[in-house]
Amino acid sequence: MPSLPDMMTKLDPSGAAGGSASAAPAPADALFEALLRLGDSTLILGHRVSEWCGHAPVLEEDIALANTALDLIGQTQLWLGLAAEVEGAGRSADDLAYLRDAWDFRNLLLVERPNGDFGATLMRQFLFDAWHQPMLKGLEGSSDPRVAEIAAKAGREVAYHLDRSADLVIRLGDGTDESHRRMQAALDDLWPYTGEMLTPDATDAAMAEAGVMPDLTAIARDWHALVGDVLAQATLARPDGSYMHKGGKQGTHTEHLGYILAEMQFLQRAYPGAEW
Amino acid sequence: MSREWPLWEVFIRGQHGLNHRHVGSLHAPDAEMAIKHARDVYTRRNEGVSIWVVPSAAISASRPSEKGPLFEPAESKIYRHPTFYDIPDDIGHM
Amino acid sequence: MYAQMVKSEGMKSLDEMSPEERAFQERIDRGEKIEPRDWMPEGYRKTLIRQIGQHAHSEIVGQLPEGNWITRAPTLERKAILLAKVQDEAGHGLYLYCAAETLGVSRDELLEKLHSGKMKYSSIFNYPTLTWADMGAVGWLVDGAAIMNQVPLQRTSYGPYSRAMIRICKEESFHQRQGYHIMMKLARGTEAQKRMAQDALNRFWYPSLMMFGPSDKDSVHSAQSMAWKIKMNTNDELRQKFVDQTVPQAEYLGLTVPDEGLRWNDEKGGYDFTEPDWSEFFEVIKGNGPCNKERLGARVQAWEGGAWVRDGLMAHAKKHAAAKLAAE
Repeated sequence: MPSLPDMMTKLDPSGAAGGSASAAPAPADALFEALLRLGDSTLILGHRVSEWCGHAPVLEEDIALANTALDLIGQTQLWLGLAAEVEGAGRSADDLAYLRDAWDFRNLLLVERPNGDFGATLMRQFLFDAWHQPMLKGLEGSSDPRVAEIAAKAGREVAYHLDRSADLVIRLGDGTDESHRRMQAALDDLWPYTGEMLTPDATDAAMAEAGVMPDLTAIARDWHALVGDVLAQATLARPDGSYMHKGGKQGTHTEHLGYILAEMQFLQRAYPGAEW
Repeated sequence: MSREWPLWEVFIRGQHGLNHRHVGSLHAPDAEMAIKHARDVYTRRNEGVSIWVVPSAAISASRPSEKGPLFEPAESKIYRHPTFYDIPDDIGHM
Repeated sequence: MYAQMVKSEGMKSLDEMSPEERAFQERIDRGEKIEPRDWMPEGYRKTLIRQIGQHAHSEIVGQLPEGNWITRAPTLERKAILLAKVQDEAGHGLYLYCAAETLGVSRDELLEKLHSGKMKYSSIFNYPTLTWADMGAVGWLVDGAAIMNQVPLQRTSYGPYSRAMIRICKEESFHQRQGYHIMMKLARGTEAQKRMAQDALNRFWYPSLMMFGPSDKDSVHSAQSMAWKIKMNTNDELRQKFVDQTVPQAEYLGLTVPDEGLRWNDEKGGYDFTEPDWSEFFEVIKGNGPCNKERLGARVQAWEGGAWVRDGLMAHAKKHAAAKLAAE
């Protein structure tokens, strides 16, 4: 099936690329957009984590990482399934995952960062989980029962992800000199990618206003408290820099996403319309 | 000195409220991580509701050579088994 | 099989055995399980360590050819299924290393032997997975061949090995089915998909037959392992069983087994088939397969690249145990 036209363009009636922050999208479009942000983020992170399968530092961690990836892929099926339903254009979750190009993806930049060493993977997971967990908790109270239902299921899985990633960050931060140094390097490297999940844009604001999604400023407070606490226990220094990259949520990505999609979508693109 | 993580024995209680059962072992640096590993390794198919982990080195086991003295005496105490007693059918279920 | 070419010591008759060896053999003959603290001949212990170790190595190296396609799986569901399957293989490696550890060898020692090339893993994992159909062929043929060996091993004489095999067989039940399911989809798909499926069968047929190892009907090593019940069938028996089971499955898919000599033989009640090229097998075992370097290289890299993680976590645990002790 050929890729459908970009559904996002109508979000910005002015037609200006990037849009102005004040242009509040219509509710159905905003919901579709917000669901893509959730589903695309779990998809890309699940994909990244699955790259570790067979390559982890110890068998027990190999198995644990695969569990995390499996949870994230399962959540993707639910979020993108609902996004497709909300869109009402006859697309499926698989169509959304496999037949959109990078500029239609709405995942956070954080999750497309390369795996790096185990420390970078783990730090990325922790910084994401520390957002994901309170986010899902808020989504459980969504005014949209479909959203609340998915959030409740995903929330149980993510509570464990956070428990695990926070624990490992603490242990490796406060482990050997080498593990400490590597964890600090990972943190410094990833820190500038943490801003976008904590800073609401027009879509986030519209969703919060409608009671569909929690207010990101409240999530940000939880995130900072938790991250501060864990970093302190891990004897890691919170980076000073305040500059934050953004754009993932609006479809402007790093170069990495293109390569992820080239790999992920290869079969669907090479054999259009085939069933697998 | 070996840098290898110690070995742990894993016991899991399944869904049906039975006793914890030995399911296998794994390596972990400490008990807390052993429990997490046990969750990830041994409950992938929804097998458990409770996990115990014990350092393998802390298990004391009976000696195989003492199998006779330890277990054979129980074999002769057949009166401990319900089928030892012949109860007439008219009594109903007992 | 997953433990190909494992040599045991030469075999003794009951008369030549010491009283201990004799009592040991009689326990096995009675169908009793041997447990870690029981007395056992050194040859039994050594052969088992080699066999279980090689089986465990095969599971973790076996993650790689399929792991290769996790990031390219064509649907979200296929991605999840494949990931769960490859994850199971890591689990099976773990169970088997633990079984080997009850014999007085550590997992790290076994891994060191794998990494230095002193221990082998199954030849099959040195073949490349080039298309998505290979995910089907590996599940269908490679897991199919493995199951053929593993099901009887559930009854092996060594308790921890037997229990590991029981757990593995239970978990593996979906592996072969998911592989065949992929093949069914392809065989009923587009022309290109059918070609892809046939190509995978062509490439994996003979390497799968090699998994059972060369004929061992006259081997003293096999005879000893069979007397000890750590090998349950001859390689030829299992290979014949595999062919007899697989040919009709290929026919159902509308695929052609790449063997001109394949004929049903009424007299033996099984297929006659062409033996694989055993010189290729020995080359692969020696290290000259298409992927030996990549496979072992990936394992070594994972192990060495992960050393700081294992050490860091251990250091943290020790620090905390010490701090806790000091506080008490």
